[in-house]
Amino acid sequence: MKTDARTVCELRDVTYVYPSGASGRAALSGVSLEVREGEWLALLGSNGSGKSTLARHLNALLIPTQGDCIVYGMSTRDPANVFAVRSAVSMVFQNPENQIVGTVVDEDAAFGPENQGLPPAEIESRVERALEAAGLLAKRAKPTYTLSGGEKQRLAVAGALAMDAPCLVLDEPTAMLDPRGRADLLAIMRALHDGGKTIVHITHRLEEILWCDRAVVLAGGRIEWEGGVEPLLRQDGALRKWGLDAPPLVALWRELGEETGLALPRIPTLEGMIDALCPLQ
Amino acid sequence: MSIAVEALCHTYHPGTPLETRALDDVSLQCGRGEWLSIVGHTGSGKSTLAQHLNGILFPDSGTVSVDGMQVVEKSPNMRDIRRAVGLVFQYPEQQLFAEDVMEELSFAPTNWGVQSDRIAPLASAALSMVGLDDSYLARSPLNLSGGEKRKIAIASVLAGEPSYLVLDEPTAGLDSWSRRELTDLLARLKKEGTGIILVTHDLDIALNLSDSILMLDRGRSAAFGAPSEIMRYLVANSVPGLRLPDIAALSAAIGRSDPAAPLTWDRAELKRWIKARETGGRRP
Repeated sequence: MKTDARTVCELRDVTYVYPSGASGRAALSGVSLEVREGEWLALLGSNGSGKSTLARHLNALLIPTQGDCIVYGMSTRDPANVFAVRSAVSMVFQNPENQIVGTVVDEDAAFGPENQGLPPAEIESRVERALEAAGLLAKRAKPTYTLSGGEKQRLAVAGALAMDAPCLVLDEPTAMLDPRGRADLLAIMRALHDGGKTIVHITHRLEEILWCDRAVVLAGGRIEWEGGVEPLLRQDGALRKWGLDAPPLVALWRELGEETGLALPRIPTLEGMIDALCPLQ
Repeated sequence: MSIAVEALCHTYHPGTPLETRALDDVSLQCGRGEWLSIVGHTGSGKSTLAQHLNGILFPDSGTVSVDGMQVVEKSPNMRDIRRAVGLVFQYPEQQLFAEDVMEELSFAPTNWGVQSDRIAPLASAALSMVGLDDSYLARSPLNLSGGEKRKIAIASVLAGEPSYLVLDEPTAGLDSWSRRELTDLLARLKKEGTGIILVTHDLDIALNLSDSILMLDRGRSAAFGAPSEIMRYLVANSVPGLRLPDIAALSAAIGRSDPAAPLTWDRAELKRWIKARETGGRRP
């Protein structure tokens, strides 16, 4: 991540109250946040912390009750900007079943670019690139109902990629996947990040943020913490207060760091921990 | 008193082009007060197996019995079997149907013919077991959060006071806090004498909490035994779709470079050993 990178999305003192909310309680209160070009930003928080509400502001699905959301210099408040905003920021949601519209894999991936009114040859090449990036090229002619949950979620990512948006927002994309599907999807996200995509990754699983550039923690609709992944993982008590449980490997890494003089990796990936603790290998 | 499955085979759509052998020669046993976990990749037959345990599906060959009662089609004991074995499906919140939580929780005990004056205390007790209070009784299940809906769905099975609780991926989609609450509840029920049969992808939960683990691979039993045996099996064999939890994988990797290392999924145990090695200076 370059420090002088351009801003992709910016929330300026955003408050949001759901119109149907009987309580009138704000789902977001005074949130200000910048997403920088090319970064992989983790947006963390327990159930009900406001992270999905925040995500839905980034491509104009929700408009702030107060404050502003600016995407590539365009305010989402102006209806004339919505098409351009949605072309710049693509969303992937939690439930893969709800995001498939086509009956065949490549038709589904083509849905976005077709709606953008692109020429057929351009659609074809975008679909091919998107399916390749999502590891689904071999399945392009398969009916979508034959895909596993993990493959469906990768197809949802391919659909977003085919729109050629520079920024992807993924809202708990692994929540309904098995461990294998989760690992596959994270590998694809790492490759997209290496390729320069801006990624906003909403999750409550700390083991998924190890490769992120930066983390933001939401609680009760407010930003509670913002900074690098390493310092976040060392905040044991605060993590628990925010409803974020440190996975066992992260806890071991933190405790060994505090209690021993062992040279440990900066970020507790399994590979890094094995390298550090198996000197003979 | 136990659930016993012997040499169970089940084929979907027999005699058609869609014929699929879902389960092939699978056996297991789980007593009251025991915790059995069934693990395996997506499509390994876990859910099919769970649905045999209270007579939703029946074996093509082999037997299933609950406290000595054979689970067969048109069994005269079917009511007692279904009462003894409470089944919590995957995403159980999708099956909430009642107008308020009280009605939802009364459904099972009413079906089992529990006297009407005993139903309210049962509903209330089930609600408190999942960590919710009586203020929820009058609410519509549809207006609750996802985590609360899951709890109501589980409470509605607990209200029927089953001797065995079979749960199909109950932690899917829950945050780590809710996951902990649920596993704490299951551990408590087990201690009070309920048999727990948990279908899960989560080997961390299975290794840490089960008395025994059945590992399925493409419909066949790959291994059945105590968590330590299953861990040894997984270190020696790769099973598609299952990977060792990180602590176990780290301990296995250290064990390859230092045979004195413990093979464990327990973080505290591994930490103690690493610290002892560090202070003992046994390695540069």
